[in-house]
Amino acid sequence: MNLELSQEQEFLRDAARNALGRVKTVEAAREALEDPGARPDLWPTACEAGWAGLIVDEEHGGAELGAFDAMLVMIEAGRVLAGIELLGHLPAAALLNAGGYGDLGAIAEGTQRATWLPTRPPTDDVPAWTVEARGGSRRAPAVALDGDRLSGTVAWVPDAPGADVLVVIGVDAGGEVAALAVDATQDGVSVEAVTRYDATRALGHVTLDGATGQRLALDAEGIAHAWYFAQTLLAAEAIGTVETCLASSVAYAKERFTFGRAIGSYQAVKHALVEVLRRRENAYSLLVYAGWSHEDRRDEFPLAASAARAAASAALDYAARELISVHGGIGATWEHDAPLFFRRAQLSRRLLGGMGDATDRVAGELLAKAGAV
Amino acid sequence: MDLNDTPEQAAYRVRVAAWLHEHRDEAPALDLPEEELVPAQRAWQRRLAENGMAGVTWPEEFGGQGLGPIESVIVGQEIAKARVPGILDVIGVGMLGPTIIAHGTQEQKGRYLGPMLHADEVWCQLFSEPAAGSDLAAVQCRARQEDDGSWRLTGQKVWTTNAQFSAHGLLLARTDADVPKHKGLTMFILPMDAEGVTIRGLRQISGEAEFNEVFLDDVRVEADAVVGGPGNGWGTALTTLMFERLTIGSGAEGLGYRPERFVELVARDEHASADPEVRRRLGEISIELLAVRFGGYRLLSMLQQGTIPGPEAGLAKVTTVSAAIEAFDLVADVLGPDALDEAGETAYGISFLPGLKSAGGTEEILRNTIGERVLGLPPEPRLDKGIPFSELRAKEREAVAK
Repeated sequence: MNLELSQEQEFLRDAARNALGRVKTVEAAREALEDPGARPDLWPTACEAGWAGLIVDEEHGGAELGAFDAMLVMIEAGRVLAGIELLGHLPAAALLNAGGYGDLGAIAEGTQRATWLPTRPPTDDVPAWTVEARGGSRRAPAVALDGDRLSGTVAWVPDAPGADVLVVIGVDAGGEVAALAVDATQDGVSVEAVTRYDATRALGHVTLDGATGQRLALDAEGIAHAWYFAQTLLAAEAIGTVETCLASSVAYAKERFTFGRAIGSYQAVKHALVEVLRRRENAYSLLVYAGWSHEDRRDEFPLAASAARAAASAALDYAARELISVHGGIGATWEHDAPLFFRRAQLSRRLLGGMGDATDRVAGELLAKAGAV
Repeated sequence: MDLNDTPEQAAYRVRVAAWLHEHRDEAPALDLPEEELVPAQRAWQRRLAENGMAGVTWPEEFGGQGLGPIESVIVGQEIAKARVPGILDVIGVGMLGPTIIAHGTQEQKGRYLGPMLHADEVWCQLFSEPAAGSDLAAVQCRARQEDDGSWRLTGQKVWTTNAQFSAHGLLLARTDADVPKHKGLTMFILPMDAEGVTIRGLRQISGEAEFNEVFLDDVRVEADAVVGGPGNGWGTALTTLMFERLTIGSGAEGLGYRPERFVELVARDEHASADPEVRRRLGEISIELLAVRFGGYRLLSMLQQGTIPGPEAGLAKVTTVSAAIEAFDLVADVLGPDALDEAGETAYGISFLPGLKSAGGTEEILRNTIGERVLGLPPEPRLDKGIPFSELRAKEREAVAK
């Protein structure tokens, strides 16, 4: 048994920390609040570091690393609120890589940036294969596939603005599912760029009107995998953000005095910060479960990924609120960075189905295994 | 990232499983009455010890296997898989024996370890007192040395598992009240049949008495009963507490609160299985318990690399107990008042868990310790540092009287 990071993984993590350390991402997050155009373009950094092709096969120019390696990079991105387009690109690259896409070299290099239109796997939803919709029930049927024509709308797609390739999951009238690689520049594809509450994250509402693309050689299980892989990336990113929230809260609790004592000496403050640590440890343990099951126990990956996502989102929600509380009133103002972390937490917990969907999936997976009716 | 056995570990697992499979009929049934169950469990522990499945991490010279924590866990996993009970004296073999190995004299090791491992003599831990639990160094049980070198012990211990059939106890007592509280402590081996020892069962919420109170009235023990030297009791106790943490942490699921157990109970009810509120609660509980499972694997991995885990390992207990409380509540909410039938496992769990929250130190004190030692937060102001224990007690009495 060995769950420690390998030397290569430590190197990958340290390299990511260094590369992102050269960009003042937290300051940029603040500027972007007032001017969305100020969001720094971190894609060149990602390409230079090799993250675009992180999980693409070596024969196609990628690094052919594992899912957990991708999670390690996401932890570092989350730590500094870096808005890199990996949440969209990596699950898309996984589908393109497994499905025999023609121009994988460009995907691995990052000269073509991809994203996927998040589509829930069919296992526990009725109707099967749903996507995010705006408002109301928030669920709509997947994009419709008629021959080779795709039509429909998917809301809140990560990293959609400016993406070159969209991986679209379509379902035909008979309920058959297929994934297609779609050139985003064609007529019949429109992307409405959206910034919502967290200015570091680029989102888009994507509408397809008879768009066409290359069919990928993927079965339903292969297509469903992207959903869970994306959940682990979001979880990893949240864990990185929790770590920064905790470090910042602890530092302040040591230097801020009230009634003649450092506030960190009060049990009420201390216990809450230990709660942040407890939640961080639990979320990281589940991330390890997700990384391990992805390689060695694929049938448990949906359970592990959903559990990691729900735990990490809840941990971030708690940590961001605690960051504000520990700092007192100032933590709730723009004088401090806490609102940036809070905004990240608020949006993250609601993306990709939200943490409620992930929690329900955990129950669903376990109940199915126990033979529930 | 690897959860698999090495070839050597796999071969070891096969040997353990094969032996257990062959001898499982010798294992005692746990529903025997206590007067029959305990002898049967002792005989079973002897069989396990003779075949290398007790004291796996003990040095070979004391009858152990000299193996690592992973092998110990493999034995635990195979015992669970074979659905046979483990050893009776987990406290002795897991915590007190290793303390004697670390701090005891050659004579003590030669005299006590063999009979402990083979359950010829069962042991109990005499640390906690009515006024000294999480703040263990506040023990008041007094030990006074006589001119002939022997000691006289007077005081009261509590939460003593297995005391009613133990041969010996490892006892923490105050030998000097005129120095600060951590300094005046000494560890003793107490024969439980010594004159002046009274053992009384302590009934819990469930009505069962799983613990005891132990009263000591001028009990004489010989000079060679001291473990680790007079005045060194706190250091000796810390060794026991470290092994306690490992015993609980590395067998994270040893408490039996696996997520699958609760899921199976809910799965029997088709309406509950489809109810969004039930599913949300079940999902949240399962996430916590799955995290404990993989946190346990992370701990084992650290141990295998030679790292001793710090106090943060105690968070697994916090998570487990809180999640188990939620889980039994959920099952009982699904089943209704039927769940409170005292003969059933749900009622038992509901009764048992409130006390478990404080076992091995309260959650509140554990969070203090982790906040200070792991996060580096400043300590609470303390009134007990650097002053003699006798003065501290006088101050406490004064404060109450005000």
